[in-house]
Amino acid sequence: MTAYLIRRVLGMFVLLFLLTITVFFLFNLLPGDPARLTCGKACSPAIIEANRHRLGYDEPVLVQYEKFVTGIFFGRTFSADSPQPIECNAPCLGYSFNRHELVLSLIARAAPVTFWLAIGAFLMWIIGGITLGIFAALHHGQWPDRLVMTMSLIGYSLPSFFIGLVLIFFIILKLGWLPFPSYVSPFENPFQFLQTMILPWIVLATLNAAFYMRLTRNQVLEVFGDDYVRTARAKGLPERTVVVKHALRAGLTPIVTAAGLDLAYLLGGAIISENIFSLPGLGSLAVTSVLTSDLPVITGITLLTATIIIVANLVVDLLYAVVDPRVTVA
Amino acid sequence: MQNGDTTERPFLQVNDLAVAFPTEDGLVRAVDGVSLTLERGRTLAIVGESGSGKSVTAQAIMGLVDRHSSKVTGEIWLDGQELIGLPPDEVQALRGSQIAMIFQDPMSSLHPFYRIGDQITEAIHVHRKVGADQARREALEMLRRVGIPAVERRIDDYPHQLSGGMRQRVMIAMALINSPALLIADEPTTALDVTVQAQILELISTLQGEFGITVIVITHDLGIVADVADEVAVMYGGRIVERAPTGLLYARPEMPYTLGLLSSIPRMDRELPERLDPIPGNPPSPINLPKGCVFQPRCGYSDRVTDGACLTTRPELLPTAPDHLVRCHLPTEERQQISRDVYAVLAGESK
Repeated sequence: MTAYLIRRVLGMFVLLFLLTITVFFLFNLLPGDPARLTCGKACSPAIIEANRHRLGYDEPVLVQYEKFVTGIFFGRTFSADSPQPIECNAPCLGYSFNRHELVLSLIARAAPVTFWLAIGAFLMWIIGGITLGIFAALHHGQWPDRLVMTMSLIGYSLPSFFIGLVLIFFIILKLGWLPFPSYVSPFENPFQFLQTMILPWIVLATLNAAFYMRLTRNQVLEVFGDDYVRTARAKGLPERTVVVKHALRAGLTPIVTAAGLDLAYLLGGAIISENIFSLPGLGSLAVTSVLTSDLPVITGITLLTATIIIVANLVVDLLYAVVDPRVTVA
Repeated sequence: MQNGDTTERPFLQVNDLAVAFPTEDGLVRAVDGVSLTLERGRTLAIVGESGSGKSVTAQAIMGLVDRHSSKVTGEIWLDGQELIGLPPDEVQALRGSQIAMIFQDPMSSLHPFYRIGDQITEAIHVHRKVGADQARREALEMLRRVGIPAVERRIDDYPHQLSGGMRQRVMIAMALINSPALLIADEPTTALDVTVQAQILELISTLQGEFGITVIVITHDLGIVADVADEVAVMYGGRIVERAPTGLLYARPEMPYTLGLLSSIPRMDRELPERLDPIPGNPPSPINLPKGCVFQPRCGYSDRVTDGACLTTRPELLPTAPDHLVRCHLPTEERQQISRDVYAVLAGESK
């Protein structure tokens, strides 16, 4: 177990290292001169050159990469020879000259928003999707099954921006049931937090719930046909025990693990929902950064998202070994 | 028990059992009018091909046929109690306590996520008020009796840590833990190695003697029946087509289907003929059964029935001798002659 963990964590670092290379060089090969972007239309070549030097873009790409990686582990200083050097402590993900702020503090400000958005939506879709999926499976072929499958199909078919816009239009603009979203921390003003988050949660949960309804229903139905469920019935167990202890225990395992990865994916930012509801999360930050070619921020968010997903993969693998005794980690 | 009627009844009596599944293509008559009786402590083998209705018959006795998706009619009397009319919760109370079942594939019949000991004690707790320690002691004892070595260690194993034969032993232990009166073994050895097959069959026979259980073995393999069963019922197309004590059935089979089954068993004590002599054709679709004898399309002797009854009329299951029932339009003498001829040919092939 320990050996396995060490191996996996080492593998994780190798993967992240390869990722930094990919991300860094990918963005450096993009057309467009980052130095040119640092000043507006009235820009003289001299200012551009000065900025290029200040940003470190005048150095060879390999040197830039080395400084980038060193920064992550040991911190670095931008504009070291200028009167106002910018200290960036480890883990330094870079400095956004567009926003004049460290990438890490930009991310630190946006991440909680995305975190709450993801967690809330996750709970909604897991509880809703799995419950309805089980309900449908237990009434296989009858009207509850068909109803749930229709709901799932509708949820699938509606793009999330469409659901979001419809909700804003009716619930906020037409009916005025909710104020226009304005994010606050749940610790600051829980009520306003809920008022702001409820619609984004619904939008995000709808699509995933539709998927999990179908997945759960099919899993449970498949497990119902398994031999050990028949054995459980042959033992004379009450139907409830057969369903919960024997069928669901086996059928839900893959769903729970899939859900872990979906949550991780969402933690990297929900671009559409955050933008529709003007939530200052990672998704919004990423979009703004792409639109303004803010390379350090894009690089930082990409690395963070990738790290979350890689870690979640590890956690899910370990979880699987805990849940299913047939899986051994060694 | 309560009245004279029940004491007269055999331990297990099935009357005109029918199981039908409505499907989009039509009504599937998986079991169509099966009647049989079995005295306490005896072993009955139900033999047939896939789709002959043997497993569904067993599941109907267990009350495992889904009542939402099927129609079960007829009577099943077990120890003086009729099962088909019972409410589901009373059938459930009988399952695992009075009637127990083991299945074809021990690899998949045990729950992969629970320790075998817990799976066995679960069967105890659902039917009896027994403390956890006592239940575990009983499970240990039963595992020992079915021949699991090092039970103290094995009881906390997961199913995947055991071999197929060991898992089937665990299944048997789980089935017998509440001392059932009737054990149904549905193809208990089909998924096992040949050497293990014999061990499992022997185990079932031994335990049957020790516990005084009545056993129904479902199988497609007439070869294993001879060793374990007192009586054999051959099923085809959802019906019993021949029923006899085992020795009699092997010595003088009369239904052409049984004859075909017996002559298609490869045997070590015979020189191999050019090739095995399989029954031509496929089992009938349970949706569109032939109007006459269900076996007629595959029967090599139906042209000997002069009035063509095989094509028009379902034959009845009629006694040809005491204890020997046959469902066939051929006259008894004709059938016996065919049987002797076939056996003579088979004997001629052996050296």
